[in-house]
Amino acid sequence: MSAAAGRATVRPVAVVSAAQTKSVRREDHRNEVEMLMPVVTDVFANIGVTKADMGFVCSGSTDYLVGAPFSFVMALDAVGVWPPMRESHVEMDGAWALYEAWTLLQEGEIDTALVYSFGRSSPSQLDRILALQLDPYYMAPMWPDPVALAALQAQALIDTGKATEKDFAAVAARSRRDALRNPNAQVAKDQSPDDLLRDDYVVAPLRRHALPPITDGVVAVVLAAEDRARDLCERPAWITGIDHRIEAHALGARDLAQSPSTRLAAQGAGVFDASGDAPGAVHVDVAELHAPFAPQELILREALGLADSVAVNPSGGALAANALMVAGLLRIVEAASRIMDGSARSAIAHATSGPCLQQNLVCALAAEPSGPARKGA
Amino acid sequence: MADSEVLRAPHVLEYPYVRSVGPVIGAFLTGLRDGRILGAQSRDAQGKATVIVPPTEYDPVTSADVGALVEVGQSGVVTTWSWAPEPKKDQPLDRPFAWVLVRLDGATTAMLHVVDAGSLDAMSSGMRVTARWRPAAERVGRVQDIECFVPEAANP
Repeated sequence: MSAAAGRATVRPVAVVSAAQTKSVRREDHRNEVEMLMPVVTDVFANIGVTKADMGFVCSGSTDYLVGAPFSFVMALDAVGVWPPMRESHVEMDGAWALYEAWTLLQEGEIDTALVYSFGRSSPSQLDRILALQLDPYYMAPMWPDPVALAALQAQALIDTGKATEKDFAAVAARSRRDALRNPNAQVAKDQSPDDLLRDDYVVAPLRRHALPPITDGVVAVVLAAEDRARDLCERPAWITGIDHRIEAHALGARDLAQSPSTRLAAQGAGVFDASGDAPGAVHVDVAELHAPFAPQELILREALGLADSVAVNPSGGALAANALMVAGLLRIVEAASRIMDGSARSAIAHATSGPCLQQNLVCALAAEPSGPARKGA
Repeated sequence: MADSEVLRAPHVLEYPYVRSVGPVIGAFLTGLRDGRILGAQSRDAQGKATVIVPPTEYDPVTSADVGALVEVGQSGVVTTWSWAPEPKKDQPLDRPFAWVLVRLDGATTAMLHVVDAGSLDAMSSGMRVTARWRPAAERVGRVQDIECFVPEAANP
């Protein structure tokens, strides 16, 4: 079955509520449950529902941050575990928890789902933890840190002639300036690219500004299907397509300057249906791209065929807040919020996982369940 | 409560399994111990012959089973690099070094390793590097049996 044929049978599902904490460098006083409780309360209160109204609950987080197996089970205390409910967890970014909930909603037995994710990165050693996701024989024994690997990708992009360090600084400057308008952002500053280029290299060719901050944060959304979505929300953010794809585990078997898995996921999510897939052909109002390292935004823009007019990461993106396992779902939340608040009619949200954009999820959102009109139709 | 009254107990996180590395990765690691670098013969999506280094039991792109293992060169080309001015715990070198993807002579894919180049200015994509091995008595069958790569001219 082709992806297009699959999409024809999709049951309309929308984001109908979202809530998040302010992202911070270090949350010293509250544990994961205490951070989640007010956010879960808000995401229900926004639309006047309770846990009893949810057909399914799915979360995304990593036990490696806490250092204890099944630590995610404790986070369920923020939702309440009685009476029993259908519940699941992914050891991934919350964007993939949303994908699981969306898939279950497609079966038609439930009409609502709560999705949340949490990440307290500050007490952990992210360099060590993220090395553990690598190939255990050929890469992990050398303990390459995520900045070192992202810098390999950055140099590969420079070598194509498509971008320079100044372009990376421009991405960071724009992201952190846009973050000034996002009260939940962690790093918000108005600095010129030339100022940022005076930063030292952390791992060349990446300077400090091209790296994401270390962040503690949580986020939650409610999904609802069809009429239930219309009942709960004045302007639901309809998911018109969603797909995720993965590339080879071995970095040396990939072309790091491109993101073919993002392109495949975008095809699967119907991003190119209305516009074609020529460079710059995709005109949506907003794109929230999970690019923890500045050069990755440039690679993703190209893979998604975004027109120059698209507002990319108006929230500040992952360069302004990057809680582990939260930042991807947060992109869907920020994109959906622009539709729910009426400021956008169409949006693309993207989440990534693994080193150097290894795995990518693309979620197309629109103010109408049918999505943007097909060009020429 | 005085410190002496605090109950203490050890908590040991451990991974009590033995993993077998199998016929392909195992052969590669044994090759390193013996000072040889092996790759796996395969074919890309267009049917063109390839050699995957380091080898996997399946082709990373087509997922097909790989063919025979063949020895590849101990020198090759840097396809991309980054410069770590401050090495971190357990990384291969304790002085500033380059992370690289290096495509060895005879290989189609590149492997992650490090280059002991002295300074960032000595690095560029496309430069040739060659393996510097640990002494045979210290090699145990792991990627660090190659201590690092060095610029080819510096190690004729």
